[in-house]
Amino acid sequence: MAAKKTTKKKATKKVTKKKVAKKVAAKKAPVRKTKAKLRKAGPAERSGRKDLRGVALDSIQEVAEDVRKVAAAGRLPDMTMPQRNLANVTYDRKAGYFELKGNMKTRTLDVNSVKTFAQTLRLMALAKEMVADEDFATKREAYYVSKNWGDAKFNEQRESDTVLDDIEGMFSMKEVTRETLRFVPEEHGGSVVGNLIVVDKDPETGEDIRSDCAAMGSGAYTVPSSVDHLAFETTAEFVLAIETGGMFQRLNHHRYWRTANCILVEMGGVPTRATRRFVRRIAEGLKLPVYAFVDCDPYGICNIYRTLKVGSGQAAHVNRDFCVPTAQFLGVTPQDIIDFGLEDATHPLQPVDIKRAKDALKNDPFFQAYPKWKKAINQMLKMGVRAEQQAFAKWGLNFVIEEYLPKKIAATKNFLP
Amino acid sequence: MAKKAHLNAEQMAKTQREISVSEFFAKNRHLLGFDNQRKALLTTIKEAVDNSLDACEEAGILPSILVEIHQLEEDRYRVVIEDNGPGIVKAQIPNIFGKLLYGSKFHSRRQSRGQQGIGISAAGLYGQMTCGKGPRIWSKTKRGKMHAFEMQMDLTKNKALITKDEEHKEWHQKEGTRFEIDIEATYQRGLRSVDDYIKQTAVSNPHAELRYLAPGMEEVRVYERAIKVVPERADEIKPHPYGVELGELMKMLRNTNSRWLSGFLQEEFCRVGPKVAKGIIKEAGLGERSYPTRIAREEANKLFRAIQKTKISAPPTTCLSPIGEERIKEGLMKECDADFYAVATRPPAVYRGNPFQIEVGIAWGKPGDDRLEVDKTGRITKTKKKRGTTDTEDLLGNADEAVRVLRFANRVPLLFQQAGCGFTKAVTQTAWKNYGLSQSKGALPVGSAVIFIHMASVWVPFTSEAKEAIAPYPEILKEVKLALQEAGRKLGVHIRKGRKVASEFQKRSYIEKYLPHVGIGLQEILGIDNEEREELVETLRDSMESTRKI
Repeated sequence: MAAKKTTKKKATKKVTKKKVAKKVAAKKAPVRKTKAKLRKAGPAERSGRKDLRGVALDSIQEVAEDVRKVAAAGRLPDMTMPQRNLANVTYDRKAGYFELKGNMKTRTLDVNSVKTFAQTLRLMALAKEMVADEDFATKREAYYVSKNWGDAKFNEQRESDTVLDDIEGMFSMKEVTRETLRFVPEEHGGSVVGNLIVVDKDPETGEDIRSDCAAMGSGAYTVPSSVDHLAFETTAEFVLAIETGGMFQRLNHHRYWRTANCILVEMGGVPTRATRRFVRRIAEGLKLPVYAFVDCDPYGICNIYRTLKVGSGQAAHVNRDFCVPTAQFLGVTPQDIIDFGLEDATHPLQPVDIKRAKDALKNDPFFQAYPKWKKAINQMLKMGVRAEQQAFAKWGLNFVIEEYLPKKIAATKNFLP
Repeated sequence: MAKKAHLNAEQMAKTQREISVSEFFAKNRHLLGFDNQRKALLTTIKEAVDNSLDACEEAGILPSILVEIHQLEEDRYRVVIEDNGPGIVKAQIPNIFGKLLYGSKFHSRRQSRGQQGIGISAAGLYGQMTCGKGPRIWSKTKRGKMHAFEMQMDLTKNKALITKDEEHKEWHQKEGTRFEIDIEATYQRGLRSVDDYIKQTAVSNPHAELRYLAPGMEEVRVYERAIKVVPERADEIKPHPYGVELGELMKMLRNTNSRWLSGFLQEEFCRVGPKVAKGIIKEAGLGERSYPTRIAREEANKLFRAIQKTKISAPPTTCLSPIGEERIKEGLMKECDADFYAVATRPPAVYRGNPFQIEVGIAWGKPGDDRLEVDKTGRITKTKKKRGTTDTEDLLGNADEAVRVLRFANRVPLLFQQAGCGFTKAVTQTAWKNYGLSQSKGALPVGSAVIFIHMASVWVPFTSEAKEAIAPYPEILKEVKLALQEAGRKLGVHIRKGRKVASEFQKRSYIEKYLPHVGIGLQEILGIDNEEREELVETLRDSMESTRKI
């Protein structure tokens, strides 16, 4: 993703002087006066829900006990877990997220599975230790822990991540997540600025810490890897989830969140679980609409937006809590390319883009559920081009703030679902 | 350039004269396998050994042959071949060893090593031309006395003169022949060397004992006899009508003693009775009572065509003496230490009226590589097999080399012109991938294997007089391929089984490697003690292996 974003800067220079002058003059005009209404949300319900630690420990114990019993009886033990792929999810508009269909895979101990079987048990043993000690390991650390297992060690982190996902899937029916098992991703969540106060707790003293996302200067609040214990206060009216750091910086620099009275969240590509959960909690707890602003290309639509809204096939077992079903697609839509005169600021779709788009039309239950989406994707395929968020710079650096976003937000009913 | 005067017929006639066979071959010795010094040595030995083996077998004697090479000067060698055969009567000695194209084999339709009667006399000729000395022969028949001869050949008259004849009362053998010649030659080891020839001869003649001494060897190397039975003597047969060419047919017509054409056909050919003879003559539009000697070229041609059109049953196959599957296996096992042997024999077949039979053998797998053995309980163990001590050239190549093809015609190894040989063609045209060997298109298969191919026939169709390669007649190719397929299938079964065991062994090592970690994981989660952990792992191993029967 990074590579394709860098090329855009030069195109901006071609903007005519006349137009720049016009835009600068218009800049100060639209300051929205709204009644600031304060909304509050406490920590997530599920963070206090029963004793998840106990459930996690019991679940681990139970799986291991099963293996022991079957093995001692001279039979071959197995482990059952949901299949994690797009073919095993359904989408129902009412539920709003990808739900598991219930196809399971059973890993029976045999010559092909013996290594993974052993690794699964050993990672579960690690999880048990961490839950008991209230410690945690990043996924990378978990990978390094295995280096002490001799023959059973993982050769690449990809392998240990897969086994972790399997374990999580196995326990998902009991609402035990990877985070409960004390495995955390090492990447942090997205950046947040705007009219939002995040109430966190000091891990040592337990005291409340209030972070005002409007008081971050030129920086931003960073979503932590676990967000369920956070409480929120806001006067904002909507959340704008942005694909790229570049666009986020522009909107933050010009204090767009103040002008539009909103919260800006930088997703940085496909949003991490923590980011999805964070946006979900704001959307749900503070009852704010969420608008997604991503590139007009199959990746932005079919991966970034789709995952934000309904979750992924890979992590289908956690989608219920880790997506934002109320999210709407602000742009950039294929129609925007025409409406905002971006035709000459586009790039042709690459074979990989076309494949991704066709794949979505054919296999993705989300897009199949919405004729509007099918139409939009087909329109993009027909046009054969993609446009980046930053393409609006063709009309001046702040065209996006002054023209595009206000126009779009004035007509949210036209947003794609 | 100055114009030279043309010659007229009379002038030419002065220079035109008969060329003796000896002279012809002196100028064209490459046709006989004397094209270079290295090959000259091999051909000399080969011809002498062929003759010795043939003589022993005809006399029903188990051959015991001594071959010696002594270096006299840098490029001069003395070659000695001594056998325990029946010996040769004095009167025949100059003919056999001194006259080209003299022998008993050319005219007969019986399987033998030599065919034309050129070989051994050509060797003598070559020796005389390069070193100035004719061959020396010691010979003793059972009843006669031992004679030691020295000979000189007359190149123009195709004749040999005995220059010395000594009678001895004592000899170390009851009967036998010793042939000695000095030749210009080069002795080398390696592929297509005399060493190679001797070894291959030992493979195809497990009933023979060979003793061999070459420069650089400390003592005589003995190739033991593996079978103590002389191969059955093949019957002699008359030519089959299908195998006779027009010229030969005309010659036979001229020379026959039969007075009627019908009688001629029945007398001179096999598989021709009154009915068949009648059919041929009718087809040719000739009279049954025509005089054979008066049949003109045109009529002979009609007769020839008629023969081709008439249905005549295949020649009898009693004239063939195949080596036999057991013997091929014995021969291979004796000289080629391998993991696995497969042999196959085809029923006799016919090309151009000549009966022939194809036999093949395959030796596969270098011992000394690790071997996996499955015991009765199904456990697999890895053992290192001891390498058999072979002091000679190893016939088996490495697993990444092309297989070696050992070609034999009437038990004689063919060392040269492998690429141009019908046998090689048959090997490359066989789909070895089906039998577990890798093979590029149109190439020899790759693997640590030796492929042995033998053709027994009353008349082996060599591509040249040097007897180096078999002509690729379709009938011969077909038979060789069928035999290779049959042996190949046996090899394939063996290789696949070996691979199965190897892959099973690998899988079990895999289980062995990771299963303990299942135990460790369970121990860490459940807090069980070491003893229970070990027990669990042991039970699991048994359960896993019991589902994996070989």
